[in-house]
Amino acid sequence: MSAVSRGEFDGLRGRTAEREVRIYAEALSKQFQVKKKTVTALDNVSLTVHEGEFVSLVGPSGCGKTTLLRIIAGLETPTAGTLTMQHKNPQQPLNSMVFQEHAVFPWMTVRKNIAYGLKMRHVPKVTTEKIVNEYLVKIGLTKFADSYPHQLSGGMKQRVSVARAFANDPEILLMDEPFAALDEQNKLTLQQELVRIWEETRKTVVFITHSIDEAIFLSDRIVVMTAHPGRIRSTFQVDLPRPRKIEEVRSNPYFHDLFFEIWSQLKEEVHKARELEGIEGGA
Amino acid sequence: MQEQTAMEPITFVVRGTGVKGAGAGLSPASRHRLFGLAGPILLLVIWQLLVMTNILNPVFFPAPTQIVSEIVNNLTTGQLQGDVWVSIVRVFWGFLLGAIPGVILGLSMGLFPLVGAILDPLVAALMPIPKLALMPLIMVIFGLGETEKVVVLLLGVVFPVIINTAAGVRNLDRIYLDVAKNYNASTWQYYRSVAWPGALSMIFSGLRLGIGMALLLIVAAEMHGALSGIGYRLWYSYTMFNISGMYVSFVVLALLGFIFTMLLEEVEHLVMPWKRA
Repeated sequence: MSAVSRGEFDGLRGRTAEREVRIYAEALSKQFQVKKKTVTALDNVSLTVHEGEFVSLVGPSGCGKTTLLRIIAGLETPTAGTLTMQHKNPQQPLNSMVFQEHAVFPWMTVRKNIAYGLKMRHVPKVTTEKIVNEYLVKIGLTKFADSYPHQLSGGMKQRVSVARAFANDPEILLMDEPFAALDEQNKLTLQQELVRIWEETRKTVVFITHSIDEAIFLSDRIVVMTAHPGRIRSTFQVDLPRPRKIEEVRSNPYFHDLFFEIWSQLKEEVHKARELEGIEGGA
Repeated sequence: MQEQTAMEPITFVVRGTGVKGAGAGLSPASRHRLFGLAGPILLLVIWQLLVMTNILNPVFFPAPTQIVSEIVNNLTTGQLQGDVWVSIVRVFWGFLLGAIPGVILGLSMGLFPLVGAILDPLVAALMPIPKLALMPLIMVIFGLGETEKVVVLLLGVVFPVIINTAAGVRNLDRIYLDVAKNYNASTWQYYRSVAWPGALSMIFSGLRLGIGMALLLIVAAEMHGALSGIGYRLWYSYTMFNISGMYVSFVVLALLGFIFTMLLEEVEHLVMPWKRA
């Protein structure tokens, strides 16, 4: 991650109307070496995310969306291209990630899990406790504050994971299919909770999902990716008013139009991915 | 397909049975424990009967009652307590001096690839040597005495602990490393908050194997060049052809094994509260 000069960022800001650019990925590519074969996970992807924007990446499995997120998170480096991020307040962490599942530490209580980021950056105990209690209330797990993860359901664990990221108060939140493993009811509940918490904090979010419903309900903008190699196919603006309620969004005709528009594109990508994997037919 | 002849429909009825196991009776767990106790008691009764009816030769298989009276005898002279204490002290030091470096070495091998690369082959080469085979050499180096016994034990303990500890660190789910990295944990914070608690479960399986090793080796180590301890008493009973005396040693060894395992389990519970139900 290279620092960017003031002038460059001002240039970017000019290009993108009113909001500041927070993440600027330019022609990112990522290749892996697997047994003497080069696999391209990400091919020439450019993406701009603005301050306070909720952006979702949607695409078939193997489209490199996780790779892109991991590059943004600093967990991987791109093979080519540049990633520019603006760290406005070095006192605050740049980004925190909510992982797919099993990422809550089994050896820490709910309270300690949520406090993890704060503890790592030596936030005073009193402040940490206050923030953790706040998030325990937000995710409705106050009663389970001193329980260990194995005593919680899958939905509760993901709540802890989300709370851990929010409590760390990063400038950018990254989420890698956080609700993918949950059952439908839990998923809807958590989506609603996430929207509520997000609407209070308005953090910059990059969210990965394979669920179109989820993407529309949560996001300001949806980026559809192609499979093998991962590229960006199209971008959709989601013009639904906030605060959002699942029932209202789902009953809005605009939701259905957008759903079908995205699905018609995604369908092609899923088919292509299946063909590449040698699976015949398909829906 | 042949044409089916018209058949009467069959009606299935499943009736509620009420809550099973509710109300009177033992819980499945306590029933399990009860049956667990019944096994050994039954065995002792049969054994006693077989000796009393002279089907089993009491010279080789003394009756349980006789073993008990032999234990009582040894307790009143204070000899049994003395032997047990001496052995416990040796096992304690051997275990401790094997476990501590074992955990430290295992952790370093798991955490630092370079240390692992250097020590892995060494450990793999040394581990299969039966520690009993080394006993004569250790006796030559350290002479007969406490040090020699402790060294034999620690050699038996250190290897399973090293191997399990290193595996515990290496098999840690990668996602925990990602989380630690993403939350900017320093190297030291990563060791403390992730690597150590994550490896604990495996460390304890190493320690359990180590305790088993220590109990195995204490008997052998005390058979030579010792004047006290359970292994010594066992060998002494053999030379005196005191068969029921040998049985006393067996009982004591079984009890010791049981107690050490229980103690280790207690410690495990204390150190890893998240493992409790």
